[in-house]
Amino acid sequence: MIFDLIIYILLAIGVFFNLLAGIGLLRFPDVYTRLHAGTKCTTFGSIFLVGAVILIGLKMWYTGATDGSVLAIHSIFVLIAILLTNPTGAHAIARAAHRSGVAPVRAIVDDLQNKTVKKTVKKKEAEK
Amino acid sequence: MIEFNTYLIVLIALSLSIIMAMIRVIKGPTAPDRVVGLDTINTIVISSMVIFGAAFQEVIYIDVAIVYALLSFISTLFIAKYLEGGDF
Amino acid sequence: MLAFVVTTALCFITYLLLTTGSGTLGLWSLEEILFGAILSLIVGFLARTILVKDNFRMANPVRWVIFMAYVIGPFFISMAKANIDVAYRVITGRINPGIVKISPDLKTDLGITMLANSITLTPGTLSVDIDEDKNDLYIHWINVKKEALEKKPVDCKYICGKFPNWIRRIAE
Repeated sequence: MIFDLIIYILLAIGVFFNLLAGIGLLRFPDVYTRLHAGTKCTTFGSIFLVGAVILIGLKMWYTGATDGSVLAIHSIFVLIAILLTNPTGAHAIARAAHRSGVAPVRAIVDDLQNKTVKKTVKKKEAEK
Repeated sequence: MIEFNTYLIVLIALSLSIIMAMIRVIKGPTAPDRVVGLDTINTIVISSMVIFGAAFQEVIYIDVAIVYALLSFISTLFIAKYLEGGDF
Repeated sequence: MLAFVVTTALCFITYLLLTTGSGTLGLWSLEEILFGAILSLIVGFLARTILVKDNFRMANPVRWVIFMAYVIGPFFISMAKANIDVAYRVITGRINPGIVKISPDLKTDLGITMLANSITLTPGTLSVDIDEDKNDLYIHWINVKKEALEKKPVDCKYICGKFPNWIRRIAE
């Protein structure tokens, strides 16, 4: 009984943060702040959703169905895949956005600006 | 036991979140905005596949979710590389 | 040769974990074990120079124990803080962004990758670019503090707290 309650709470937290990611994507003003919402919230929400499924699998295993162990172990693999790939993808998108010339809106400091210019000059020299 | 309706409510809420990200994909003023929306949709689809697997007690959905996670990561990296404008 | 053995063992363990519950021999069937062994020998031969580059310091189990402690303890707590922070900013719309440079002084590729991923998942920060010569990171910061801007590059303690010390213990 208390096990079921824990699963319900985990599912509710996961859904809340995933919805927050959607609202954040709509409300924030530029790419970088949207990445904050889209990456952090979905990763955190997915941890809770997949954690709830792992608990469901463990409970099935405990009550006698051998299918439960397979469910739990494969869900752990999904969790590892999400935790490894999500921040790396965000990093790649942020770098691509800055190199393709999208400046952060309302920024009070941008240390990266000068560096990007230098790099393109170097590339042009190398091509000659 | 968790009732089937619980999974149904969770999945409906997740699809609401997907719809909001979809609006960003359609509206987004620049190309990186659209890619951010796509990346978010990918992650939410992965977690809803896992929920499907638990709802129908089928492990195959979760196997598909693992493969989908790795493939969507590679596709995101390639789109980012393309936006960067370097040579492959 | 040792790199080949390590890669093959990792592949075989992963295969066994993914095929639990398939038969009667323990948790596995005989076909799965044989096929997994052959596949992981092939993969280990093809990828022996990719996974293990220069030395075997990550084979030390103490580093993995510290890594697990790091993920469960400080990393998870700051991740929870990050999400509450994002929730606050989504609801109020109060942002003050900027891109700053930090020099965490880590030497290995694995360490800088772990730090960049940790920074992306912790409060208000997102790693954007890297200076590959000096391993400096460029961070998009959603709420720039005035006192942090007096010194350049910005001090690590404003961005990522004690993470570089943890990572130095794990990966260097």
